[in-house]
Amino acid sequence: MRPVFAVSGGVSKFAKARPDKTFQAVIKEAYDYAIEDLGIDFPAFTSAVDGSVASYFSDHFSRQLMAGIMAQDYLGLCPKPSHRVEGGGATGGLCLQEAWKSIASGHMDVCVAYGFETMSHVETWKGNEFIALASDVSWDYPVGGFYSGYYAMMVTRHMKEFGTTVEQMAAVSVKNHINAYYNPYAQKRHRYTIQDVRESPMVAWPLTRLDICVMSDGAASVILASEEGLRRLEGAGARIPRPLVRVTGIGRGTDAMRMSDRPHVDYDTFMRDYATESERGSDETRRYYKKLWDHGTRYPGVHSFRAGRTAGNMAYKHAGIHDPLQELDFIELHDAYTSSELQTYEDMGLCRYGEGGSFAVSGKAFMPGLDYGLELPEAPECPVNPSGGLIACGHPVGATGLMQAVFAIWQLQGSIKKHFGDETLQVKNARRGAIHSHAGTGTYVTISILEREE
Amino acid sequence: MSKIPDKRPETLGGYVIHGVPFPIDTDPEALAFLKRMSPIQIEQKYQVTYLHSYGQDSPWFAAASNRRLLATRHAESGYTYATPRGHDMYSGEETVWIDITDRPARVHAFTVCHFGSEEFLPETPFVLALIEFENVNTLFLTRLVGVDPDQATLDWIGMQVEPRFLRNSKLKPTDVYFAPSA
Repeated sequence: MRPVFAVSGGVSKFAKARPDKTFQAVIKEAYDYAIEDLGIDFPAFTSAVDGSVASYFSDHFSRQLMAGIMAQDYLGLCPKPSHRVEGGGATGGLCLQEAWKSIASGHMDVCVAYGFETMSHVETWKGNEFIALASDVSWDYPVGGFYSGYYAMMVTRHMKEFGTTVEQMAAVSVKNHINAYYNPYAQKRHRYTIQDVRESPMVAWPLTRLDICVMSDGAASVILASEEGLRRLEGAGARIPRPLVRVTGIGRGTDAMRMSDRPHVDYDTFMRDYATESERGSDETRRYYKKLWDHGTRYPGVHSFRAGRTAGNMAYKHAGIHDPLQELDFIELHDAYTSSELQTYEDMGLCRYGEGGSFAVSGKAFMPGLDYGLELPEAPECPVNPSGGLIACGHPVGATGLMQAVFAIWQLQGSIKKHFGDETLQVKNARRGAIHSHAGTGTYVTISILEREE
Repeated sequence: MSKIPDKRPETLGGYVIHGVPFPIDTDPEALAFLKRMSPIQIEQKYQVTYLHSYGQDSPWFAAASNRRLLATRHAESGYTYATPRGHDMYSGEETVWIDITDRPARVHAFTVCHFGSEEFLPETPFVLALIEFENVNTLFLTRLVGVDPDQATLDWIGMQVEPRFLRNSKLKPTDVYFAPSA
């Protein structure tokens, strides 16, 4: 595999609705931004790019089949090669990794990944129905298909098994909303308190409206290149910032579509097949897990995402990461729900299974120097969702995973101030970050590692 | 306690209008002004009837309409699926049908949906639950009745429940639902 560099990105302002433009023109906003940030003109980039990958989740939302080719066409990329990827909420993460493969394999030297979703064309409750059609339509959808309900069931189990509290989940909402206060691309820029989160309307017990991301219209775009692609772009006039940002690891995992089919494996199987390297290497952690299993915990059940754990283990191995909390400077993860951010802390090995709740209020995942109005006992170690995540930025599904990549590129380039007009969210000396994209009830999960070259 | 709403709910529907404002003359100034106009949005209906087959899972629905709850099992390993699968996920072999109507069952996880998809909005609040059965390896998603949706508590997890069946089958998984054991 060849080295793959993430050279530029762009994001449209995520909004409740963008009726002012068709989806192709919204994608072009993000695409043009990525090109302009390279300092290259449109025709020169069109000559330099080898092809693309398109990302969008739902044909129902767009009521348009083959929307990918319409974007390719509008961007002036025909007749270059392209294809659409789809994998629910992880569509953007899958798209980035498919573009990565195009470069890493030698098939392309410059590849652009673009994605979008236009969710405003239907009422929110119809949107919920479309999203719920991404659950088994024989067995899950007809029972009351509603993704917030599915996630709420997962977290009641998490609460029962591990003592996780609604206040711990609400702290995630407070963190991500306050981070987004400094992100001009975010759809929601509000300062909330734990009380605000708990007093907002109940959607699916115990998740309130402020525990859940919103539906959005938006687009994002990322340009990837090989070493030869760098030379080609720079030969065409591009100014690619140094040090370079490289995608050093990718990982993916899957799980059963029906939550009810998830296995409940024993301790030995968990330690053999799913435990992280550092979990296996710690006597204390092995004892901790043995105690959990002795009390009835089984893995992954419905409280954990083995697809996320599988993706993390794969990506960490690829990138040579042994202790993610210490070796990652930030993470942009798929917080469609406060509960799923908390669950994902565990899947990504930031803490042990069962400790996501206490980790959420420890302070380790917060940005340094920001006032969250919370008593946080520990110093920030690895800010999670410094951008504000899905909960505050919005979740135009096909764009979301690419949005995470764009924010990660900007963090690693040290260019947050340039793009946000404010450096509050710049993670100081960010050298390595992870992005995490998540579908369904944990059916597809991707994790990609981006690093600034020394 | 949720705050009292301070906004009226929005809907997509609006007035039907006849006649769309447009410059009387298409001189260059008027044409340039078109770039500053707000977009036109129209309503489009999208309705379709599908013929959905339950395929190899069909006997489950026939059983539910006859007040029996089926599951599938891999004969050799005994691995049992509360939500039926035609093939075992570990051996790849075909499963066999078994009857679990009278198996002891408990709530494994639950939620109360106060909001939802358009199709189910009129039924809110309703309780969704994942049910675990004795000696069955996987769970079953269902509606739970006989509990107060306004008094949700984690104590419901582990509660013994039993299946109930609709008298007039709809040939949906909701033909069976669960209630606290008598």
